[in-house]
Amino acid sequence: MDLWNWLEYAAWALSAAFGLHMALDWLRTDSTYSEDVLTSSREGELEAMAEEHRVQS
Amino acid sequence: MTDVDITSKTMDGMGPHGVKVGLLRVLGPAHVWALGVGIVLVGEYMGWNFAVGKGGAYAALIACWFAGILYTCVAMIDSEVTSTVASAGGQYTQAKHIVGPLMAFNVGLYLVFAYTMLEAANAITAGYLFSVVATMTGHEGELNQQPFIILVIMFLAWLNYRGVLATLTFNLVITAVAFAAILILFLSTSGIVGEGIMDHAALFEGHELPYGWIGILASMHFGLWYYLGIEGTTQAAEEVRSPARALPFGTLAGIMTLLIAATLTWYVCSGVLPWEFLGDGVNGSVAPLFDTARLSGSTGLVWLLGFGTLFATLASANGCINDASRAWFAMGRDKYLPGWFGAVHPKYRTPYRAIVFLVPIALIFALGAPLDQVITFSILSGLLGYTFMPLNIIMFRRKWPLNSIKRGYEHPFHPLPAILLLSLCGVTFFAVFLGYGTQLVAMIGFYIVVSLWFHFWRYRFVNRGAQFTMPWPKPQGY
Repeated sequence: MDLWNWLEYAAWALSAAFGLHMALDWLRTDSTYSEDVLTSSREGELEAMAEEHRVQS
Repeated sequence: MTDVDITSKTMDGMGPHGVKVGLLRVLGPAHVWALGVGIVLVGEYMGWNFAVGKGGAYAALIACWFAGILYTCVAMIDSEVTSTVASAGGQYTQAKHIVGPLMAFNVGLYLVFAYTMLEAANAITAGYLFSVVATMTGHEGELNQQPFIILVIMFLAWLNYRGVLATLTFNLVITAVAFAAILILFLSTSGIVGEGIMDHAALFEGHELPYGWIGILASMHFGLWYYLGIEGTTQAAEEVRSPARALPFGTLAGIMTLLIAATLTWYVCSGVLPWEFLGDGVNGSVAPLFDTARLSGSTGLVWLLGFGTLFATLASANGCINDASRAWFAMGRDKYLPGWFGAVHPKYRTPYRAIVFLVPIALIFALGAPLDQVITFSILSGLLGYTFMPLNIIMFRRKWPLNSIKRGYEHPFHPLPAILLLSLCGVTFFAVFLGYGTQLVAMIGFYIVVSLWFHFWRYRFVNRGAQFTMPWPKPQGY
């Protein structure tokens, strides 16, 4: 076993950790927020808001 | 729009406050530059040299400059349209607003396939680089590349998942290092700093154009490799603070950077490596800039170009994940694909489902498909996208002339760049047909089949009323 054999194991472990982190966060997010909120993004929304924006005194 | 106020802390329409969740506008022109150049620069480190094999060193230079003209047209046209259609999805969103739904569906698929295939190719290359380093540092036997290929894809997907600002700041740093490495190699080997090692005249003698003019035509296929992906800057449109300024600035600065990097790369490598070795990217020079550094005899240059190669590969894969996921997300949001993909993470403000969904697809291609087939699929999808662009800009200028919509950038000499781009695309299609005719026909067949599926089935689910969002006047003639 040289350094590169250990690095192979480290690469497997890190890959699993990144994958697991994304999967758990995904599940947590989907169970915390409603589908309406998660898919509420609308194209061009910010531009439309900027057009309507009034500076409040 | 009445329930949001951009000055409010709780209902600004941009945050996880239970009102609306959208992508975050945090990027500047430097991030746009990093996205575009980051995707492409790996093509300078490897891949472009197949053009030398097709037609010799001069043919590769001519292809470099003609492809440079093609991509300058792409960058100018994209800058004008996307500074007006500033939404995620880039060319997909442009096609949706300017041409029509079927074109948009096809362009969206071109984008996703081009970037996902390129991501897979980059991961394969990174695995190969790790195996080279292992051999150089005394590892005995064959290194198993699989864990490193998977790590590259998983780490970069995780980075993209966690937020766009960190993702593209990371790209900015590693892309700048990779570009600086090319400049330093040029200065060190050309005789400007220290002693020069180049001998173009001796290396070219008797091999100016080994396959004649047809060799120049054939080399156009890999000439694209110098710049393939610069059009990806448009995918950042919904996440830049000032689309009208940052997108044209970042894109045009990007193409200028690449024109310099491509010409310097050709000059440095062709002046040091014999064309037969340089042109064989499989058994000869896999990474020409790195091989040139090795021949310079400088350990510092070898390390610098070694890191440059790895950084360019990572930057490209990183940018590809960013771009493919935005295109997939935008298509989901409009219900061109299931609306489930149109979700934004409430905390990280990224299209997290699109990012995660594309991970296994990239892994399948990275672990199961040969590199040249993956690259060819990516090039062909990109080329179909470039063919759409001239038609797009001509229709855009006709329907909405200059005085009807304010643009962040107006490209000069219209319609000359569009005609030039269309002509060069035709030439490149012929060049690709010479080498990969079967794949070209198979891929066009694939897009015809999915177009039929979209027309006869999927289009009924599309959000037809909500998909046209730009506050534009009615197009002329309608």
